[in-house]
Amino acid sequence: MYCFFYTFAAVLIKTLKKYDMKFKIVVLAKQVPDTRNVGKDAMKEDGTVNRGALPAIYNPDDLNALEVALQIKEKRNNTEIIVVSMGPPRAASIIRESIFRGADKGYLLTDRKFAGSDTLATSYALSKAIEKINPDLIVCGLQAIDGDTAQVGPQIAEKLHMPQVTYVEKIESIDDKKMVLTRRLERGVETVTLPFPALLTVHGSACACRPINAKRMLKYKHAHTTSELQEQNRDYTDIFKEHPYLHIEEWNAENVGAEEAKLGLSGSPTKVKEIESVVLTQKESKRFTEKDQDVDQLMKELLETRVIG
Amino acid sequence: MKNIFVYCEVTEEHRIADVSLELLSKGRKLADELGVDLEAVVLGVKLEKALEQLRFFGISVIHLADHEKLFPYRTLMHAKLVKTLFEKEQPEIALFGATSVGRDLAPRIASALRCGLTADCTGLVIGDHTDERKKMNYKNLLYQIRPAFGGNIIATIINPETRPQMATVREGVMKLEPQTLKNAPVVKEIDLQLIRPEDEIITIVHRHIEPPKVNLKGAQILIAGGYGMGSKENFAILYELAELLGAEVGGTRAAVDAGFCGHERQIGQTGVTVRPKLYIACGISGAVQHRAGMDQSAKIISINTSHQAPINAIADYVVIGDVMKVIPKMIQSYKKQIN
Repeated sequence: MYCFFYTFAAVLIKTLKKYDMKFKIVVLAKQVPDTRNVGKDAMKEDGTVNRGALPAIYNPDDLNALEVALQIKEKRNNTEIIVVSMGPPRAASIIRESIFRGADKGYLLTDRKFAGSDTLATSYALSKAIEKINPDLIVCGLQAIDGDTAQVGPQIAEKLHMPQVTYVEKIESIDDKKMVLTRRLERGVETVTLPFPALLTVHGSACACRPINAKRMLKYKHAHTTSELQEQNRDYTDIFKEHPYLHIEEWNAENVGAEEAKLGLSGSPTKVKEIESVVLTQKESKRFTEKDQDVDQLMKELLETRVIG
Repeated sequence: MKNIFVYCEVTEEHRIADVSLELLSKGRKLADELGVDLEAVVLGVKLEKALEQLRFFGISVIHLADHEKLFPYRTLMHAKLVKTLFEKEQPEIALFGATSVGRDLAPRIASALRCGLTADCTGLVIGDHTDERKKMNYKNLLYQIRPAFGGNIIATIINPETRPQMATVREGVMKLEPQTLKNAPVVKEIDLQLIRPEDEIITIVHRHIEPPKVNLKGAQILIAGGYGMGSKENFAILYELAELLGAEVGGTRAAVDAGFCGHERQIGQTGVTVRPKLYIACGISGAVQHRAGMDQSAKIISINTSHQAPINAIADYVVIGDVMKVIPKMIQSYKKQIN
């Protein structure tokens, strides 16, 4: 009888505990220069990149990742979405945008010590921040458009000793212990099951992110980091005391317990030896207009030289 | 020790992937330059035919694991085996195909070994480096060359301190150059006892793999559309011309991203690299990433409304005009002249 009672109590406690346990999803999002729309002023005269001329945007694949997290939240009770972004103080806008679209909260990982980090040093810093949150699932975009390396996700998974599934296109199902998802390969698709904790990288062909929610935008438009408010010379202590949900917390290297030697340039095994701006040497080319006789002439020449036909 | 390793990807047909054979060809040249050996890592199942293929690439050792667990590719098992092998063998250079397998595996290995990895290289060259600040000289480093930052710059990346120097390369970037058989490679079996139950926690429940549909690399004539094509519907005219000329249709990344054509047709640094007899660039401005994938074409025609489009600079023929007018005229003109 006692035995039965204890078993019952144990199960009850376990159930209650589970009920109370939040399922935490970390979404990694990066602010990137919009390299897809590079204008004429993107390069300075000395051949270096004019970062100021490129608008800063939410990395496209990371928006797909956020949508995956939001869909999981819809399917699973008691799920919290925490966005983590690493970048300069102005990258706080990425966290704000994530919250407008449905994320619960976010942290900005920002420190001058991170400057010059390659993918390995970046994955180290991010993995330290993620350890602090201790999530059940990490979702990130496959790759960022400023580098296209697709490395940071798998590098984090390795550091956290987690399984990874890359090129994710669709969540098929999710329960307490595992999820089933489909990934996009070069020549087809593959459906896999995986337990938690785990890391996913989401392919750009996954479902597009839902738009900004107007109600959430009204509620959170004044969400700021401390440094943003300092810059505007506003006293933030009262604002944050009154509305704690408006505080986007900033973490530096020390806050996440990251060793300085593993960060920035010194923590990056890859070095840039040389950067060349692309100068095109003009090839001798024949010019034509779209007039009928010009196109005829072109086709004639191609046929005569046996390039076609 | 100090050798060059190529992770050889195994295809659905249990053959070595083209990209891996291309890397072995490049690896052989780099090995000659460094005076070291070339070694291959092959993990999969039913590998008899694959091993046959590998006889002609000047490989000294093949590290082999032939077991049904290892195919289809699953991250944790392959990562465990490759990581352990690299820890033991201490390669100087390790090369991976920039495929959904290589891009999944290589960063995991680099992270575990805390070494540098450069993605999507378009050039691999041996060279020296002097660090002025540290007053250090480095001999025979691997220069990993790749376009960066929207293609406005070409960066040369090096890993002075860490080994292996790791890089991924897209299919078609390096030339496939088999050699005459000298000595057959020695096959060394990899110990599968290394795989623990926790390496098998991801299970594949279903796969749907299609036969390769588009053969961009094999096409003699390629007609490629860019963002300037304007829409998916406008791409139809490219297919029409392609059928007439016996050509294949490709697209730039911008065109693929905009949904004008499928991913399998993407040409460029993050797509396929091609070297056709004739390349017709339609509404393509010509970012360096795109040019990296096609600038070795024998003849290039650029059809563009802009005189300033960078693609014009590498074209043999430039037609300034609206692609939607020029292509129908080309079709007409071709039909007329062929009769």
